[in-house]
Amino acid sequence: MNLTLYVWRQKGPDKPGRLEEYEAKGISPDMSFLEMLDVVNEGLIKKGEEPIAFDHDCREGICGTCSQVINGIPHGPQEKTTVCQLHMRHFRDGDAIYIEPFHAKAFPVIKDLIVDRSALDRVMQAGGFVSAHTGGAPDANAVLVPKSYANVAMDAAECIGCGACVAACPNGSAMLFTAAKVAHLANLPQGKVGAARRVCMMTDAMMNEGFGNCSNHYECQAVCPKGIRVQFIAKLNREFMKSQTTTRRD
Amino acid sequence: MILDGKCPSGPLSEKWDKYRREMKLVNPSNKRKFRIIVVGTGLAGASAAASLGELGYNVDAFCYQDSARRAHSIAAQGGINAAKNYPNDGDSIFRLFYDTIKGGDFRSREANVYRLAAVSNNIIDQCVAQGVPFARDYAGYLDNRSFGGAQVSRTFYARGQTGQQLLLGAYSALSRQVKNGSVKLHCRSEMLDIVIVDGEAKGITVRDMVTGKISSYAADAVCLCTGGYANVFYLSTNAMGSNVTATYRAYKKGAFFANPCYTQIHPTCIPVSGEHQSKLTLMSESLRNDGRVWVPKSSGDKRLPHEIPENERDYYLERKYPSFGNLAPRDISSRAAKEVCDEGRGIGSSGRGVYLDFAEAIGRIGEGKVRERYGNLFEMYEKITGENAYRQPMRIYPAPHYTMGGLWVDYELQSNIPGLFVLGEANFSDHGANRLGASALMQGLADGYFVIPYTISNYLAQTKPGKVETCSPEFVKSMVECEASIKRLLCIEGKKTVNEFHRELGTIMWENVGMARSRESLTKALKLIPELRAEFWKSVKITGSEAELNQELEKAGRVADFLEFGELMARDALQRNESCGGHFRVEYQTAEGEATRDDKNFCYAAAWEYKGPDNEPEMHTEPLVFENVHLAVRSYK
Repeated sequence: MNLTLYVWRQKGPDKPGRLEEYEAKGISPDMSFLEMLDVVNEGLIKKGEEPIAFDHDCREGICGTCSQVINGIPHGPQEKTTVCQLHMRHFRDGDAIYIEPFHAKAFPVIKDLIVDRSALDRVMQAGGFVSAHTGGAPDANAVLVPKSYANVAMDAAECIGCGACVAACPNGSAMLFTAAKVAHLANLPQGKVGAARRVCMMTDAMMNEGFGNCSNHYECQAVCPKGIRVQFIAKLNREFMKSQTTTRRD
Repeated sequence: MILDGKCPSGPLSEKWDKYRREMKLVNPSNKRKFRIIVVGTGLAGASAAASLGELGYNVDAFCYQDSARRAHSIAAQGGINAAKNYPNDGDSIFRLFYDTIKGGDFRSREANVYRLAAVSNNIIDQCVAQGVPFARDYAGYLDNRSFGGAQVSRTFYARGQTGQQLLLGAYSALSRQVKNGSVKLHCRSEMLDIVIVDGEAKGITVRDMVTGKISSYAADAVCLCTGGYANVFYLSTNAMGSNVTATYRAYKKGAFFANPCYTQIHPTCIPVSGEHQSKLTLMSESLRNDGRVWVPKSSGDKRLPHEIPENERDYYLERKYPSFGNLAPRDISSRAAKEVCDEGRGIGSSGRGVYLDFAEAIGRIGEGKVRERYGNLFEMYEKITGENAYRQPMRIYPAPHYTMGGLWVDYELQSNIPGLFVLGEANFSDHGANRLGASALMQGLADGYFVIPYTISNYLAQTKPGKVETCSPEFVKSMVECEASIKRLLCIEGKKTVNEFHRELGTIMWENVGMARSRESLTKALKLIPELRAEFWKSVKITGSEAELNQELEKAGRVADFLEFGELMARDALQRNESCGGHFRVEYQTAEGEATRDDKNFCYAAAWEYKGPDNEPEMHTEPLVFENVHLAVRSYK
């Protein structure tokens, strides 16, 4: 396959960026999208040009490092698939492909396709945990968890923290990300104790980091590589309302 | 030198208690005077940093990823072992200990492994308390599955994403300490050197991967939790960034590297599809609970799998190892796959593959149940291969996955350099010559949550806090050296890319120091690797500069270390004239092709000491003494 790529190049955070055109030649349909970029980069290095910088690590769809917008869609056209798991067999010979970084106010570009997503870490640090001390935990079967609750918690916990939901949202909202963590813990007895405080701290942090609010576009669910559902945002809102009516905030 | 693991005396089951009774403690109000560096934020690093921060120490945690949550522990699929015996099927701490020792082919340290088995239950309790959503049954109790090398069901799991959930648990505990101010996180930071002051580890030098700035950090102790070195093979199941740099540079500063030849080749990975391949993807071993491994009986059989009748299929694991069958340990399953492919019975276009077939399981329990158990793995397989494994068997082949070797540590997880502790996959201590499935997660968390908080206190209690500062000459020298070696790389301006060198090294390692090694192949590797290394330093091409985000430069530094480390691996494999676990020497096998261990001459851990760039490293040994198990021929028949 031969393709024409239009790739966002930007030297640094305060530098201007623009789309540059590249040819990707002799691409095999069995390659992953990132392997296609590897081929392009090898060619650029040979020519003495700077390769395209992009974030990637596990290349098996679980670490959440890769962060590209392909033809306008975070993680590209394939449903429930990270860029690293997207394969070239889903493209056609001669295609033009536009590749950009995740765009959001809270995700400043560092270089080319690499963005700074540390805002998500700070949302987690605000309260995305159960305050369990190391040691002294009761026997794991001491508190039973109904299978259906454990399953819903796991559905939410599958979030890989890639930030595609933010990139897809017209408001640059991190509601789906935050909701996934809040719902995961609120569905388990272990997470119930600190639930009210957690949801307040996390949503405060979310706003302070410059993420927008949810206005029900559901673009986040459409691009989520792990299929996290927007119902969790309803759960987040419910937990938030509950916290306002039942618990005094610290 | 004969090394001493410093295991406490007394009966096996009382050693850890005895240690804890006798160890020195740091007073709670003195803990905040100490600073500890933790490198790596995978299961071992995140759990260590969180636990140490919670105790009141000041912790600086470093990782090369953009977030601590992305360390490669996240990719572990199948599960985590513990001796809870919830299914009432005969498990106990001793049995988990014994299975791990036997699985490691009697090449690990008894006392460490027993401690690992003993704290395994605490790990499950801890993780549940953190909100890890383990699989449960309809009564709300935790569910278990079985895994290779064991005849009990002791593996806890969270769908096919156990590593992810455990890491997110540890990361959440870490986040809590960041909020408390006891842990400071340094992401996108790569450790380039360890700083030794008066013979003790007192800091590290790191490169800020965004700005390129080199800086040093001083501390009272350093914990390396930097994972394994399987990427020396270029193609492995490790993340693209996984590397040997932290441990190798500690080795060059005097830490002993133990058993580098013990590498695990995982039997169930998706086969290589072409030249462009950048990494290999694992399919969880748990699939072997319901999948049956087979190849055609006759060589060169090119029929599609469904065209091959039952009586012309060879379910070779079930045939050769009737009592463990498809759940034979990883080293044995991998070698068996290589054998049948060498006989020309391999499947797929390359002939390097075997089938993992779910037809029988789908018939027995239904497609729905199979989907519930392994749905995400089947999806992942389809994404990569474009094939539906509910309709046709998966194609799998072994791939480098885990490395049992690592920096030598004693019972306290302290290397031969005082103040340098090594945790998780980065050390050598618990898995011997082969690791059993679902034991890596167990070891990483055991080291971080339940071992290091005790043993580091014993060291710190005997030192004075804040002894060194980064303005001291050792730190300045380390920074100057790191800057110089980066400049050296950038000055070469040759013709070949870093990836090309890495791929070539990988081919040398896979062909000569891979699943089957011989004196001849290892000698060949020892000739080829230095040649390739020399070429690298003459003609590698790295674009960009040092003072910016430069991914080529990052890779070049790592590949430069792999190019030295590969030689150490081959050297270690060459001295070990026996076959054990993941180390298979073709000269040492039975007529049936089973590994032949030599307990008389090789019942030791080999720990290598760096002797400078132009000298051969020196080998020290730690004799392995077995007081509680009988050194048996490992049989899974």
